[in-house]
Amino acid sequence: MNTPSPVETDGLFRWPDEGLARVPFRVYNDPQIAEAEQKLLFQGETWNLVCLDLEVAEPGQYRTNWIGDTPVIVVRDPVADRIRVFVNRCVHRGSMLCLEQHGKAENFTCMYHNWVYSLDGKLQSIAFKRGVRGQGGMPADFDITQHGLRELRVDTIRNLVFATFSSTLPPVRDWFGPRMVWSLERFFHKPIRLIGGYTQVLPNNWKLYAENVRDSYHASLLHTFFATFGLNRLSMDGAVEVNEAGGSHLSWSKMATDDAEGTDYASGGLRSMRDLAIEDRRLLKTWPEFEDGITHMIQTLFPNVFLQQIQNTLAVRLLVPRGLDRCDLQWWVFAYEDDTPEQLRMRLMQSNLVGPAGLVSLEDGFIGNAVQRTTRGDQGHGAIVEMGGHGVTTERQSRVSEAAVRGFWQQWRGLMGF
Amino acid sequence: MASNIGYTAADRDFLAAAAQACADCAGAIDDDSLEAWPDYFTDDCVYRVETREGRANGWAIGLMHCEGRAMLRDRVLAIRHGNVFDPHTYRHVLSLPRFAPAPAGGQRGTELASARRVLTSFNVTRVMKTGEMTLFAVGTYDDRFVEADGRLLIHERTVVLDSRNLDTLLVIPL
Ligand code: FES
Ligand SMILES: [Fe+2]
Repeated sequence: MNTPSPVETDGLFRWPDEGLARVPFRVYNDPQIAEAEQKLLFQGETWNLVCLDLEVAEPGQYRTNWIGDTPVIVVRDPVADRIRVFVNRCVHRGSMLCLEQHGKAENFTCMYHNWVYSLDGKLQSIAFKRGVRGQGGMPADFDITQHGLRELRVDTIRNLVFATFSSTLPPVRDWFGPRMVWSLERFFHKPIRLIGGYTQVLPNNWKLYAENVRDSYHASLLHTFFATFGLNRLSMDGAVEVNEAGGSHLSWSKMATDDAEGTDYASGGLRSMRDLAIEDRRLLKTWPEFEDGITHMIQTLFPNVFLQQIQNTLAVRLLVPRGLDRCDLQWWVFAYEDDTPEQLRMRLMQSNLVGPAGLVSLEDGFIGNAVQRTTRGDQGHGAIVEMGGHGVTTERQSRVSEAAVRGFWQQWRGLMGF
Repeated sequence: MASNIGYTAADRDFLAAAAQACADCAGAIDDDSLEAWPDYFTDDCVYRVETREGRANGWAIGLMHCEGRAMLRDRVLAIRHGNVFDPHTYRHVLSLPRFAPAPAGGQRGTELASARRVLTSFNVTRVMKTGEMTLFAVGTYDDRFVEADGRLLIHERTVVLDSRNLDTLLVIPL
């Protein structure tokens, strides 16, 4: 992308010469950058997750969501039996068409002046089109076939439904690349069902959270629950893998797991520093879910999608920017359809470890704000992102690396023209 | 429609005791006497936080799920020693409790008042050490109580949040 962005042509923003190893704090609080992101990322050359396919499984079933600032409707068109995505905006005077998050419809009728759209997005009828008793009405040359809903391109990988405003972007599988697709097929290797969901409102710029999930360096340092209670487990193998474009990644590891008894890993050099112990260890009970032995898999999909397998807790998260210093993190917590009651119970107990109230990772909810607060008076400073070097390479042995963070910025800069 | 009409004197006594237990439990949290919080529960209690949407969908996973008082104590220990967060306190404002209405067409319960579900609405304001105050949570305690040694203890508490949104993180219990 060589077209200079509006921000750059104004001479207001340049990426520092150090390259990916420095991230100017300005990117988190500049309204012009945020505006350019809407155009160049969310309405530009990216695939955006809009929902899971099970939310629109039945004919006429719809789900509303956001692609950046743009409201969208995802619906299963009963005639074509396929998923369509439209901008959730009436073409008449711009009222939002669907207010509900989920629903089932035979058509979309705008509440404001009753313009009606079929589920393939075509404008079907206009109230009082011919006026009343021959008076008023739309001009005779108004052609309703020219005024359907704005439709986006749709593509899916397993249960994930993506949409894009771009007409030229390659299909999702090609865009994310084979290694990312491999992991998605692993996550969704058999039928799933939703077992939870909520929205975590984060008081920070969306990119601070996007970085946090790609940053495997902070895991044992910010999140001290395991260390405090002497519950650290040995990691036997792992890697941080970054895709070719840079913005999507996998961080996986194979940890020593506990058997059903699950109590004796607090031995050797891994004792609690302060001799503190938790009383009830039922929430640590796990089972090896995948044959490949991977117990922890964190995946990001550029720009704003996150998948997790943390032991037996499985979730998809979508981050929707809401202005400069707020973003909404939507969580879909899922399980497999063929779970046994015991497995579901272990997922339930382990759910105490992850999420907005998760003992192991709740810190991620506020750490972005701890950065956000300092960026307003940035004085031209930026973050140092050099752990693991300057590049965007895959790290096989150590996960103490910021390679995936640099990868995010590589793809972001490419699309933003910085 | 489901409704509650006509409480007996025994009902009113029970609800007054339930209101007191709820107020004391919320007070322990607001006063930062978190170590006392588990004492308002039975040994084999269930304490759970979920959303209204999750309950309507029958979702197994909410935001927190503790079984037994030991797990509540573990939460408190983690707050004190294991978790890192921006320091804050809560202020609960509770409604009067009421019995969960009998389902439409159902009989008014003849069971002991203590076996019935008691609903209490709450508002929780979160106060950061920096001074910032936010309306943090609105919802209902859906409780069952058990009487033990002349005290009313919470045996089952489901904290049902009206909104699916949760701001920042949930570390101190509601
Ligand atoms: S805005 Fe939708 S019909 Fe007028
Ligand atoms: Fe984290």
